[in-house]
Amino acid sequence: MEAIVLIDFGSTNTKVTAADPIGERLLGTATAFTTVETDIGEGLGEALSLLQKETGPLTLVERFACSSAAGGLRMVAGGLVPALTAEAARLAALGAGAKVVGLYSYELTDEDIAGIAALKPDIFLLTGGVDGGNRECILHNAEMLAAMNPPASFPVLVAGNRSAAAECVRILSGREVIRCPNVLPRLGKLNIEPAQEHIRRLFLERIIHARGLSREQELISGILMPTPSAVKRALELLSEGTASETGLGELAAVDLGGATTDVYSMSSGLPKNGETILKGIPEPFSKRTVEGDIGMRYSAVGVLEAVGKERLASLSGLRLEDIENRIRRLTAHPELIPETPEDEALDYALAAAAVETAVERHSGTLEEVYTPTGPVLVQTGKDLRTVNRLILTGGAVIHNRRAREIAGHARYSRENPASLRPVAEELYIDKSYILAAMGLLAETRAQAALSIMKKEIQRYGT
Amino acid sequence: MEKKKLVIGVIGADVHAVGNKILYHAFTAAGFEVSNLGVMVSQEEYIEAAIETAADAILVSSLYGHGELDCRGFRDKCNEAGLKGILLYVGGNIVVGKQDFAEVEKRFKDMGFDRVFGPGTPPEAAIEALRDDLHIR
Repeated sequence: MEAIVLIDFGSTNTKVTAADPIGERLLGTATAFTTVETDIGEGLGEALSLLQKETGPLTLVERFACSSAAGGLRMVAGGLVPALTAEAARLAALGAGAKVVGLYSYELTDEDIAGIAALKPDIFLLTGGVDGGNRECILHNAEMLAAMNPPASFPVLVAGNRSAAAECVRILSGREVIRCPNVLPRLGKLNIEPAQEHIRRLFLERIIHARGLSREQELISGILMPTPSAVKRALELLSEGTASETGLGELAAVDLGGATTDVYSMSSGLPKNGETILKGIPEPFSKRTVEGDIGMRYSAVGVLEAVGKERLASLSGLRLEDIENRIRRLTAHPELIPETPEDEALDYALAAAAVETAVERHSGTLEEVYTPTGPVLVQTGKDLRTVNRLILTGGAVIHNRRAREIAGHARYSRENPASLRPVAEELYIDKSYILAAMGLLAETRAQAALSIMKKEIQRYGT
Repeated sequence: MEKKKLVIGVIGADVHAVGNKILYHAFTAAGFEVSNLGVMVSQEEYIEAAIETAADAILVSSLYGHGELDCRGFRDKCNEAGLKGILLYVGGNIVVGKQDFAEVEKRFKDMGFDRVFGPGTPPEAAIEALRDDLHIR
């Protein structure tokens, strides 16, 4: 049988998904350890042979891949004002599937440059100034990057004030430098897609080659992107649909992992009534945030710090004195899977608290301000309360028997009405864990990807 | 010639949106590049916007009578943020009750505002003042 194989090189596991493009169905999935130290092809070969034990022999007509191996796509971004161009730069990098390992505002100092050199990012996103606005800051920062000694090993993507862009490119000549449109051309206008396209292309050209993936590349038909970018693409397709088939409409999704928790929303998030005053720069319709301190294992301590041991004790029913020791054990042994009812209870509490924290940080807030002319509502960020669909993905939740209860913690709650989280009456589970694979497939066969997602991503309780 | 850049908005907890929109249209039509921050704008928001846009002037509106409190320390914050010498205007119904305008003007000028406009000022007056102060002729 002919199949398209979709590969996800993760930091721990290499996962393969086979799809039948004609029948628009999933053929099977398999997982093996990622072998990034030796030849990444070994782990892939292992996964492919496991896959064909399940499906029978396959003729692999095309192979596409995404990767978060070797730390994923690590970016540093710089802007002028923290709440304006630096925030736009951060949104651009996150939306492109990157991990933002450093974020700088205003003029870079010698100490900042030393920090950036130590971080060794894959890409530096240089922004600052709206079009026609401030030039000094971005020019200064270009000079600082150009003067790095030893020279910077990373490409610089210039996406700031249009009237300073050519000069930035000249200052940085001799290094790899790419110019693209401003991420914040006006204060009220976010334009992050062009920068994201460039980030993806740079990822393809440079990062993959540098990380031992190139040996496999000749076997891969072309599409390569950071895994979170593939997940986002899949969710966009599932939300919007194709020319011939409607999508699910506005939705939110949570990808709960061991080290991080990613949250996505496909929604304008605009105020729900004309009286509400909106603050801050515009939000992207398709938005991704990632909580680097929130996760089920490596970042279990982050969950503890975010919600407190009392909350974890009450969610799990475990004794307050035991919580910290148990969390420490999970952090030290991220491979642990729950064995006893107590382990399961703690995993439930961690998942619920992680989902709650990550979705709360992703969603906007509503504040009632008393003015001399009466109370006024002020919104910051996205109002997701009308988003009725929530998709859960990630190993920790898709097999959890209490997925519905976990999802409940992502929802809008009257106890915390200022947090504009989705009402999410409909819950969907990515039980075959195929979102990243479908994002890859969507690049060439959107209809097949949509059709497979609608079959495989199940409405919970139906 | 490059357009001069303005940042406008209504300061504090003031939600009067109509005059703000009229000013936006009037200043734009007069050939300025205007970043309109809308209503309920804090001092920090004006300053951040002025930094990012490299604005030539900040124009603060206030209608609800509490402008004096809202404007205190504005010039100092501009200086602190590196916007030394930026043109700063304030206008509207900027104090409580009916007070002598000459006295009000003096108080706001002492606070560091370059121009102070009372209630009922037509947009043209501010446009004329901007043209003088920014040497546009």
